[in-house]
Amino acid sequence: MIEFMVAPFEFGFMQRALVGGVLVAAICALVGTYVVLRGLAFVGDALAHAAFPGVVIAYLLKGNIYLGATVFAVATALGIGLVSRRGRVSYDTAIGIMFAGAFALGVLLMSTIQGYTVDLFGFLFGNVLGISRRDLLLAGLLGALVVLTVVLLYKELLLLSFDPTVAEAMGYPVQALNYLLLGLIALTIVISIQAVGIILVVALLVTPSATAYLLTERFFRMMLLGILLAVLAAVIGLYLSYYLNVASGAAIVLVSTCLFFLVLASRRLWIAAKSAPDPAK
Amino acid sequence: MEKKGGQYCLEVRGLVAGYDGTPAIEGISFAIPPGQMVGVIGPNGAGKSTLFKAILGLIPRQQGEILLHDAPALDQRAMMGYLPQLEEINRAFPVSVEDVVMMGRYPRIGWCRRPGSHDDEAVRQALARVDLLDHARTQIGRLSGGQQQRAFLARVLAQDPHLLLLDEPVSGVDTTTQHAIFALLEELRNSGKTVVVATHDLNCVVERFDQVLCLNRRVIAYGPPKEAFREDTLDQTYGHHLMIVQVGDRRVVVADEHRH
Repeated sequence: MIEFMVAPFEFGFMQRALVGGVLVAAICALVGTYVVLRGLAFVGDALAHAAFPGVVIAYLLKGNIYLGATVFAVATALGIGLVSRRGRVSYDTAIGIMFAGAFALGVLLMSTIQGYTVDLFGFLFGNVLGISRRDLLLAGLLGALVVLTVVLLYKELLLLSFDPTVAEAMGYPVQALNYLLLGLIALTIVISIQAVGIILVVALLVTPSATAYLLTERFFRMMLLGILLAVLAAVIGLYLSYYLNVASGAAIVLVSTCLFFLVLASRRLWIAAKSAPDPAK
Repeated sequence: MEKKGGQYCLEVRGLVAGYDGTPAIEGISFAIPPGQMVGVIGPNGAGKSTLFKAILGLIPRQQGEILLHDAPALDQRAMMGYLPQLEEINRAFPVSVEDVVMMGRYPRIGWCRRPGSHDDEAVRQALARVDLLDHARTQIGRLSGGQQQRAFLARVLAQDPHLLLLDEPVSGVDTTTQHAIFALLEELRNSGKTVVVATHDLNCVVERFDQVLCLNRRVIAYGPPKEAFREDTLDQTYGHHLMIVQVGDRRVVVADEHRH
């Protein structure tokens, strides 16, 4: 058993994958708490897709894909805010327009490359097993920035998420805080692209936090539980990926999905058992 | 609380406010000395909520000035406690009652800092005043409507503002809670706070409030209820929304809240 547990991590790439997977999963769940409570899953998905042209351009120019993704994701976050702030176009319509357009641009650029399908697959679905030392360092730095922001603005982001009207009435710069939150989501996505890819990142952003939401009625506990569940999914997913030789990002996401349904079902059963009439009577 | 500077706690001068260029309220001017309880009355759509939101900077102000202790109110929003008419919150949000009340302390705690024992004490006191200490650790959505209203009022108390703006704090709550809330507001007024309440309960305004502001897109009358409530002012305020009912030899004024 110990052999089974340890064997994969005799390889350097698996050690990096473990560190990278755990890091990405934990940060996604941290930010995912806000995404779930404020109903920003669609926004998260959109920002991920919008980062794609940035990744492709960086790839074509042989630049840093993290930088390219950051520029496009953050610009889209700002763009969504601007388009929907005034005028008749609703928030989700604005998002739909922005992200599909940006994603199409990415696909178009990608299609100019000979034999592009292999690399495209990598960006869309990620490969945590291919994470390099340098990727890890960058993800770690950006991750630290996200964690630091959440720690420093814990109160303010909680109030903003719970009651934005009263936050504004108290004099908090609600608009700026909203942009900041979108920026945090954008950064989190950038960090995650290498590990789970553009299409699947939304799953890491919402599933562990949603699972945690089923288990607690306290904000801080939801955050911690979400991180715990995400890390668990990352570790189990990596083992599955190693032993079954399946795509790592998809494996992590599916473990996370299974955990969600497991908790959902247990909760339903528990509630049903509690409210069922006592058979002894 | 002692007065800071001028004669008035809140002074509104020539206020015009509303969305998209169509003002919902116009030419609003009034001034409230500290330590008064003021009722804001008017039919639905008269602009009571708009007035509160304009004072708090939640909707655009097109003209006019709003002063809190002689300085622009918008620069000192933490000094104004607000209870919205309808809390548009996610009832399943994972926060306890004491978490919600603690939010009232946030402006005093300041950015990037954690609540201290002083803030815990303030939260406990606020909960005690609305009789919710037993529910401190209950998730907010598990409270009844009246209890939730008291919890949000406790948040305003924990904020310890100079001016309280309460938008229909007793609508939809049971009579016992109504009395408890009004008794609490009188206590606050007696301790020097300025309390402004939007309400439909005219009889309560007559009994308990120092001043009344009759509003219907503009100020129809402002003064002590016995002076401001005249047949002509009530008529102008409520139009045909007002009903006068003869009960024995007493005439009772009834505002029809349900017609729009």
